Amino acid sequence: MTALPLHSTERARGWLQPHRIALIAIAAGLVLLAALTMRWDWLAHYWDLALLGIWRTIWLLVVTTVLGFLLAVPLGLAQAAGPRYLAIPARVFCTVIRGTPLLLQLWLLYYGLGALFPQFPWIRQSELWPYLRQAWPYAVLALTLSYAGYEGEVMRGAFAGVPRGQLEAARAFGMSRWKIFRRIWMPQAIHRALPTLAGETVLQLKATPLVATITVIDVYAVASKVRQETFITYEPLLLLGVVYLVITGVLVTLFRRLEARIPSRLG
Amino acid sequence: MTAAPEASQSRRDSNGQSAAEAIHVENLHKRFGNLHVLKGVSLSARDGEVIAIIGGSGSGKSTLLRCINCLENPTSGIIRVNGEEIRLKADSHGHTVPADRRQIERIRSKLGMVFQSFNLWSHMTLIENVIEVPIHVLKVPRAEAIATAEKLLERVGLGDKRDVYPAFLSGGQQQRAAIARALAIQPRVMLFDEPTSALDPELVGEVLKVIADLAREGRTMVLVTHEMKFAREVATHVVYLYNGLVEEEGPPELLFGAPRSERLKQFLRNVS
Repeated sequence: MTALPLHSTERARGWLQPHRIALIAIAAGLVLLAALTMRWDWLAHYWDLALLGIWRTIWLLVVTTVLGFLLAVPLGLAQAAGPRYLAIPARVFCTVIRGTPLLLQLWLLYYGLGALFPQFPWIRQSELWPYLRQAWPYAVLALTLSYAGYEGEVMRGAFAGVPRGQLEAARAFGMSRWKIFRRIWMPQAIHRALPTLAGETVLQLKATPLVATITVIDVYAVASKVRQETFITYEPLLLLGVVYLVITGVLVTLFRRLEARIPSRLG
Repeated sequence: MTAAPEASQSRRDSNGQSAAEAIHVENLHKRFGNLHVLKGVSLSARDGEVIAIIGGSGSGKSTLLRCINCLENPTSGIIRVNGEEIRLKADSHGHTVPADRRQIERIRSKLGMVFQSFNLWSHMTLIENVIEVPIHVLKVPRAEAIATAEKLLERVGLGDKRDVYPAFLSGGQQQRAAIARALAIQPRVMLFDEPTSALDPELVGEVLKVIADLAREGRTMVLVTHEMKFAREVATHVVYLYNGLVEEEGPPELLFGAPRSERLKQFLRNVS
């Protein structure tokens, strides 16, 4: 049973080209330099909070992209193939969302809706009130609507780009409208949109720090808190950069996996 | 009985007992806006017949074929598949559409359509393309659908390509896979819409060979084609369309051997 480990060491040797070794050495040197010359003693104290912040950032990202995408599919479909009374509102929504800063949307929801709700006694007495008086539902709502607006436009193009002939073939074999949508149209539209969605999801990740402005403690807010309390500026920001970089790396890898499920031929 | 193959060859059985009519089209009209594409066409395909529809571009031959399964909605006329008439109604814009979605879906699932541009589903491998309709429309058990699909792919010479995506195949291979996909629904009638027109010349032969095999085993087929030699070999009945009307029809020997209409003579001179 020596064949397998031998095989994997061979593959590792193939991957360890001289230029890669040099880059790894440089990266290790930088990490070492940062570890030895900079202050990291604050980490011991803020460790728990940082983990909580990372968790909140990832949670926000996942929840808002999933919900946003679920909204983006009907938004895209309505624009690509829907009747006018659905297509126009969908287009208006996407235009407004894409045409205004996310920070503005976030503040309008939080300070606008958030200030409006308490004026109605029936809302204050409702079961939802314990949630509505917190900040995170407004963060989730704003980020979800933002993602839906951008991806609605992406999905419009993706739905419109699926070759008519393939949909016609599905029709010719007696598939119902819903089955055509579920089995042929949507899978192909999503596959076409995946490279764009990957980039947009990374952008969504980097939009999440805005929620710190409405008192949601994500990983960015943790770094700010460290700076305010300890006057240490660079180290938390450096670590913050690494955290975002790692999450981005994971996202990109996940999307590559998804894309590779259907091999495509170039050229 | 030696008379059996002959019965499928001639339009009227000598015993006076004709094969069942699989497709019946009567006085079909199709307008696209002001364009009057079909001006009252009638067509019939009995079991075992191979009907070839020929004609110049713009003669309405593809439109006629596409009206049979309502990919194009006819403006007026009668279409019967297996003796069942497709119920049509006028929609709110005054267009004629199938009155009963379920009916048209059921009828479509008995007609195996092969397109000029193959139209395989590009996000599925060949085997997935072939089992898609049996499993999701006809509710065939998955294992059974896969077994049938493997046999069909084998039959069109693509047994080793079952897990390949369409984009990685030649046009000829894609079209043969599309034929396997159409056969997988065990169609009552196969409809071919210019199946070789989008192919490189050297790939035409392999597709025609598969279609000829199907004709030989007595499948009912309606075929729109530009390949006159092929139509002459496999068709039992040829229909020449000119400007939205049937200009001439008959057995291939007569139509190609002794055309009566001046336009058909002209057409045959031009294509040969």
